[in-house]
Amino acid sequence: MSAVYNEIDFVLNGRTQHQRVDSRENAVDVLNQCGLKGTRESCGQGLCGCCTIYVEGKPVSGCLYPAWKLKGKDVTTVEALSSGSRIDVVQQAFIDAGAFQCGFCTSGFVLMTKKLLSEHPDPSREQIEHYLAGNLCRCGAYPEIIAAVRLAAERLAANKGEQ
Amino acid sequence: MTTSTTQRPPFRSIGHGMQRLEVIEKVTGRAHYTHHVKLPGMLHAKIVRSHVAHGRLNAIHVDEAKAIGGVVAVVTGQDIQQVIPNPYFGPAFHDQPILALDKVRYVGEPIAVVLAESASIAEEAAGYVYAEIDELPAVFNEVEAMTSSTYVHESLRPAGTFADLKHLNGIKNTNVALAFQLKKGDTDQAFASAAHVFDDTFTSQQVMHAPLEPMISLADVGPREVSIWTASQSPSFVRMEIARLLGWRENQVKVLTGYLGGGFGAKLYIKLEALAVALSLVAGRPVRVALTMAEQFYTITRHATTFRIQTAVDASGKITGRRCDVVWNGGAYADIGPRVTQKSGFTAPGPYSIENVDITSTAVYTNLPPAGAFRGFGIPQLVWAYESQADIIARKLGMDPIAFRLQNALSDGKEHATGTMMKDAAIPLVLNRLSEKFDWPQTQSSQEGRYRRGKGMGVGIKACVAPTTSVAIVTIAADGSCSVQTNTVDMGQGSDTVMAMIVAEVLGVSAAEVNVMPPNTEATPYDMATLGSRSTFHMGHAVRLAAEDALKKLKAMAAEVGVEPVEPGHFREVFLKRYGMQAGTIIGSGTYMPTYQSPDKGTGQSADITPNWMIGGCAMEVEVDTWTGMYTILRMENVVDCGTPMNPKVVDTQISGAAIMQLGTVTLEQMEFDEQGQLRNAGLSEYKIPGIQDIPQHLGREAVDAYQENGPFGAKGLGESAAFGVASALAAAIEDAVGVRIKDLPIRPQKIWEALQTMNERKG
Repeated sequence: MSAVYNEIDFVLNGRTQHQRVDSRENAVDVLNQCGLKGTRESCGQGLCGCCTIYVEGKPVSGCLYPAWKLKGKDVTTVEALSSGSRIDVVQQAFIDAGAFQCGFCTSGFVLMTKKLLSEHPDPSREQIEHYLAGNLCRCGAYPEIIAAVRLAAERLAANKGEQ
Repeated sequence: MTTSTTQRPPFRSIGHGMQRLEVIEKVTGRAHYTHHVKLPGMLHAKIVRSHVAHGRLNAIHVDEAKAIGGVVAVVTGQDIQQVIPNPYFGPAFHDQPILALDKVRYVGEPIAVVLAESASIAEEAAGYVYAEIDELPAVFNEVEAMTSSTYVHESLRPAGTFADLKHLNGIKNTNVALAFQLKKGDTDQAFASAAHVFDDTFTSQQVMHAPLEPMISLADVGPREVSIWTASQSPSFVRMEIARLLGWRENQVKVLTGYLGGGFGAKLYIKLEALAVALSLVAGRPVRVALTMAEQFYTITRHATTFRIQTAVDASGKITGRRCDVVWNGGAYADIGPRVTQKSGFTAPGPYSIENVDITSTAVYTNLPPAGAFRGFGIPQLVWAYESQADIIARKLGMDPIAFRLQNALSDGKEHATGTMMKDAAIPLVLNRLSEKFDWPQTQSSQEGRYRRGKGMGVGIKACVAPTTSVAIVTIAADGSCSVQTNTVDMGQGSDTVMAMIVAEVLGVSAAEVNVMPPNTEATPYDMATLGSRSTFHMGHAVRLAAEDALKKLKAMAAEVGVEPVEPGHFREVFLKRYGMQAGTIIGSGTYMPTYQSPDKGTGQSADITPNWMIGGCAMEVEVDTWTGMYTILRMENVVDCGTPMNPKVVDTQISGAAIMQLGTVTLEQMEFDEQGQLRNAGLSEYKIPGIQDIPQHLGREAVDAYQENGPFGAKGLGESAAFGVASALAAAIEDAVGVRIKDLPIRPQKIWEALQTMNERKG
């Protein structure tokens, strides 16, 4: 029953990361070991979205993603969206719309909103609900989250128009 | 708009919408939660839980688990007794053992803990611990528990914290933890002379807070002090209770919290902290106890209730008498249940002026997971019943539901059932604004065809849990920058920001530049707890007083050195002049405890039962599919009285957030137990909480223009108010649409369909 350890390399937010992982650990465990706090385990069943990350550009639930499977993969977390005082337009929209309270779920909502807007720059309410259906907010900030998505979409469209 | 009830002075900071101080941390993933605490050499704990609802614990076999590589210890209740001889804890009763000792009292009760070098080893090894338990008969339903000869506890063990519980000590052969009584006037006479009498029973189900950050505590016991990192709403209480359990001084117990990933009452008083401390004592190493989402369901829940409400009404529609009999299912351990029973129990007659009232509010033990505080502290269960019946009465008398409520409303100057005179309780204003915002008179029901529409509303009232104390410290550094130290915990409600705004208001500095220290009991002073919408009012006052004290000291120092007047932005000059360099600190402190009079033991009467009243109302329009019972909430309006909205940006989110959370407990959530007391749906896969697709398309919210005269800057609490009216509004709207009345929560389509079938059979 002893644990099996694997040495893995993967690309984390653009930089190669070398990590020794326990066969029983998931992606959230490894990211926390890498010193990142934005990816969080909550329900442990892939239902709440608090642990959302992108693997090879696709959103996955980190709590259901075995750590060793990250080997050789390109991984993006919420930390990639900001650097220093520069934050992403989606993050700014979440601030301006007041789209969170306790903040525990926010990383997941931000990443899924980013995904939504990259595929549907002018999303309908149904599209917003569809993309964010896998993210839960127990504080119930959904009206503000919907407003934040729309605000980010407007700002992205305006930026595009200017360019 | 509304008639202004207020004569508010102009504020510099208060009332201007402000972003939370911690917005950048929260959107970038850098916010610090207790989850992220790692201690050198720490062990990971996994709890082994009882598989039996009620039984004698004969033996626990731990050898197999101990033999697994990486397992450091397997700890049982007996091991804990070696280091803490009397290991019973709790805020109202000392009835809960840190790990089960002689008996188990619910399925899921902690009976042993595996300590291991990693969380995964601990989890795996926990499966190899085996307990021998002789099963005893169990009791689950709260009404049955009142008269059952199956007793959950051998005798009652009140904590002694509350003077009014002391007389219960040692009482045997009962499951009743506390029975609160209130009597006013002559109800028998009122019912005998009533034109109409109503008698209904409403039930609510057991639900769980499900904060997305599952409960977590870490402890490190040293030779002279213990440090506890915990996701707790009440660091001061944890400190006192751990000091009591260890027989140590309070100043040897250090409790630290980070941001909480939601609390809602789940993380109150003492939960995992005693276990973490005991395990660290046993193992001699730091210990991390982190629950999974599923395990939270075995830790704390909201009371299921049975509420029989009888009402006497005269020919004009005036309520003349009311009898309330509320039974609260407290589960296996009291937690704060006896407080809920009393502090909320006395509001059971609702926001109405009634001359003759008789209340019995009873907390009972059962063999279910413990119940405690949950957003609203029992009020949502009460409002569910009294507002459902208010709608039934109005309907029977052919009165408009809002007109009926306005006629009976406990407006300012009238006497509450406790004998306390109503003041700054904007019940009529909340009802009128709800009516206007919803366009109540113009909203017509449609009772034809497959899809039918109806409207409903409800309004509730809550007293602020009293008497409680808050202490704050405000400091001014030599460069003029200000900090505030409190034990109020920011779990998303925005308290850090409000406290900074209060400092800014008093001192004239920028709120965004005020530093708010996270609770650390070594430096942050006493606060009763972050609960019951009390922080804005109590801690708000304490911070105001502390800031005023700091300002007074600064002005005195300025006068001493001849710098006058003292202008915000120029505090530094005072220090420079006084100390000859950038040096020194000004420390202001403030303590607040409101006035209060304990209710009379026999009659429940008190001239001063609460420092303030919180009001929340809800109106809804629903469409019901008569073929299936499925329904859609088309519109929902929520209106509250919170006095001055301190930070309007956060006030809005708190109103809709409370309403949405309540909507979950009304429409979706229910802890489902089998006949053995096994919970079938622990965890979010089987226990559904509201997602983005579950909210109404239109969701309105408003804080009425009101002023709480004894509040800080006219404010009072708000985090719970929008939860009150939701359940009854939905049940009323469904009856308005399709003619059936649901009296048992949650309101699921199946219940509506079954009621429609029964109604149609009767008609047919």
